[in-house]
Amino acid sequence: MTVMPAISLAQPLQLIAAVFTPWIALGIALLIGFFASYLTALSWADLTFVLPATAFGNVIVALFARFWLHETISLERWAGIALITLGVSFVAQGPSLTQHPAPAPDEMPSQEPVTTEVQPQ
Amino acid sequence: MMLPTPIAPSAATPGPWISAAMIAAVVLASTTGEVLTAAAMKSIGDLDAIRARSGLKGAIRAVITCPLFFAGVFFLAIAFFSLLLALNHLNLSLVAPAAASLTLVTNAIAGKIFLKENVDRRRWAAAVLVCIGVYLLAH
Repeated sequence: MTVMPAISLAQPLQLIAAVFTPWIALGIALLIGFFASYLTALSWADLTFVLPATAFGNVIVALFARFWLHETISLERWAGIALITLGVSFVAQGPSLTQHPAPAPDEMPSQEPVTTEVQPQ
Repeated sequence: MMLPTPIAPSAATPGPWISAAMIAAVVLASTTGEVLTAAAMKSIGDLDAIRARSGLKGAIRAVITCPLFFAGVFFLAIAFFSLLLALNHLNLSLVAPAAASLTLVTNAIAGKIFLKENVDRRRWAAAVLVCIGVYLLAH
């Protein structure tokens, strides 16, 4: 986006035109594939389960950059990879879906949540 | 294809308040969109089960006939265009980590408040760890 001229809010149509730039268009096509999988995941799991889990994609990008593009990864970034992996492992251990047995909004147990494992088909 | 004209980044870089507002717009729109989309998918039910019952077309129909889904997509689209706007004016190394990591935390809060999801200590820890991790990685 930075190779394009500066866009101001006065000409919002320029933002629409940016969509048809080839690289942005290819990115959008891949994002549609992502979105379909993401929606399916959201249909059987909590948002607070799916979001940290999908952040693992950042780790895959960094590993691709390291071993395919031979980029150097700083110590700081390895620390980032470690933290994301740890975070994802935390959330993956827990149940993926919150069950709401009855409308009781003031009952929010923090220690023993009423949850079940839901396995995707 | 024409070569892009290089722009001096410092010449047009917005001040801290404008930068913060641009990033806040991305985070706010994206959180609203995520919560609405998640609510829509919960109201539709398990897509895998729907697909097993009435095929891929049935699953697509179930999604695109849900008004809440389009409300979510509308806000996600706003988030996307505000991200493009922010990237046009600010450095990727500022916008990407800030927007990605802040969105994780705001979504954990919004998920607890609006979707009544059980954000237990494990999920808070995950949100915070992944938030710091994404920041370090994209920084």
